Amino acid sequence: MTVLARGGDPPKPAEHGGPARPPVPPVPPGLLAALETVRDPELDEPITSLGFVASCTVSADGEAEVRLRLPTYFCAPNFAYLMVADAYDAVSALPGVRLTTVVLEDHFASDAINDGVAAHAGFVQSFDGEAVAELDGLRADFLRKAVMAGTDQVCRPLLAAGKDPAALLTMTLGEVPPSRALSRLRQRRAELGLPAGDGAPVLIDPLSGALVSADALPLHLRKAKVTRISIEANGGICRGMLRHRYDTPGRGETEEDQ
Amino acid sequence: MYESNGEKYFVVDSHMHYWNAAPDNWVPGAEQYAEGWIKCFHAYQGLGPPETHWSLEHFEKYSEDDLMKDVFEDGHVDVAIFQPTDLKEWYKEGFNTTERNALMGEKHPGKFIHNTRFDPRDSDAGLEELRRNVERFGSKGVKLYTAEWNNGSRGYKLSDPGAYRFLEAAQKLGIKNVHVHKGPTIWPLDKDAFDVADVDHAATDFPDLNFIVEHVGLPRIDDFCYMATQEPNVYAGLSVAIGALMYARPQFFARVIGELLFWVGEDKMTFGSDYGIWEPKWQVEGFVDWEMPDRPEFADYPKLGTAGKKKILGLNAAKLYDIKVPDEFQLPASAGTPGAQEVLGEPVAGA
Repeated sequence: MTVLARGGDPPKPAEHGGPARPPVPPVPPGLLAALETVRDPELDEPITSLGFVASCTVSADGEAEVRLRLPTYFCAPNFAYLMVADAYDAVSALPGVRLTTVVLEDHFASDAINDGVAAHAGFVQSFDGEAVAELDGLRADFLRKAVMAGTDQVCRPLLAAGKDPAALLTMTLGEVPPSRALSRLRQRRAELGLPAGDGAPVLIDPLSGALVSADALPLHLRKAKVTRISIEANGGICRGMLRHRYDTPGRGETEEDQ
Repeated sequence: MYESNGEKYFVVDSHMHYWNAAPDNWVPGAEQYAEGWIKCFHAYQGLGPPETHWSLEHFEKYSEDDLMKDVFEDGHVDVAIFQPTDLKEWYKEGFNTTERNALMGEKHPGKFIHNTRFDPRDSDAGLEELRRNVERFGSKGVKLYTAEWNNGSRGYKLSDPGAYRFLEAAQKLGIKNVHVHKGPTIWPLDKDAFDVADVDHAATDFPDLNFIVEHVGLPRIDDFCYMATQEPNVYAGLSVAIGALMYARPQFFARVIGELLFWVGEDKMTFGSDYGIWEPKWQVEGFVDWEMPDRPEFADYPKLGTAGKKKILGLNAAKLYDIKVPDEFQLPASAGTPGAQEVLGEPVAGA
């Protein structure tokens, strides 16, 4: 995983989301950079820009503590577990961090998740009898959705600029002008083990990696679009719920993120 | 009934509740879940216009008079459909049971339709309760919450053999409409609880039942749209889609409605306020006034005209529930715009 670049996006249109909140206080830079690499797998966004990091500190002798919060008490426990475990891994890999504690606050499964991650128990053991497998399959399912959504983000500007949809079938990633959306799509494909280099086709089936046929093209682009809209609408609701639940901004969350 | 610009809309609120989530109804030892549930609902209300927000205390337990005023007197609703959610592990008398809803509804003849519910994990006792509720309250629909906790289980799938047994029994009892609501937990917990693939299976195997996927499959609108395109008996319940997005996130709302119009079509979308999460008044008025933004990125969506809004706000649900609609609200047979199922035809259905 890579830290996502910031800035460069046009300002978002005005939307109603509740009262304005005070600016974000400073945070330890190395710690914040580590947490920026952790994504909500369902929303495909860093937990920092989503406002999920309630606090993060590291003491002079290398004890790091991160407290996470989610939009609702009942957010899905599998995604919550992945975020806590990924945050633990990212922070404990930092040079100078000797001891890492990650705490998920105000969640129905806080105890099972916090204790399970601290004990390196894995998801199945943390939810004894309630789960049959670790979460790699779930993560891959949502990476494939991220690839579909990213396909729309990359192709939409090309089509808007007059590109013939059929020309997308033979286009390679190296032929697409560089953008944040393109590097993001490449990262997600690489994480899935799908081709992501300059010579790789822009359009592939995210499950099999196969080329998209001319017959399947209109449906493929429509599915890419509805996947992007689904993730974005979900993210919009999550942000609104989080803001109702907590009136303070998250660490690493900018005004633009809100 | 709502009238605007000389057009009359017959309004069916196809998804609403009469709950009791006050602390005296919390199960001892499960208070944190009962409180967490209602606070989560209350946060959803925060996504509506500020002047429609309630205090948490009022939200936990509103009265019969509040409901009649908010839904019928102020809210423009002609017929409202109660959708129960039991949650008896957390609430002593249940959260919003068939009985609680129907005992209130029976005092107001013609205003309410009393849906019931079932849980396949309740086995024979659950079948017996379903039969009693259908006989006693005349239910033609069921609301299924697949993430309900039940004796250590965190949920079920509609494609489970136990669920099929209940669907068969419900159909024999005269149930026509199955409202499905996904939640954050299911067994096993490592799977995506919001996945709608099980609804797809059940809809294929029970072609004479209608499956109304509430909250349009949120947070999996993409999976829902693709599934609904292929299943003629799957409908999009708009509860939460309007309430959570129309005011708080108008850009996303336009895109979501556009996608639903494309994939599902205006003939298979039904309005629901999700009262008491949100009052119907602002939702009905706002939806009638709503227009797809006139910008290039919205240009490839089907248009939604007055005829489509009339269908979504009431006429579609009236058909599902055989509600008699006075002639002044009816549409000519050909009015409106079809969805992707008719437009794309075989390539989508066979994909």
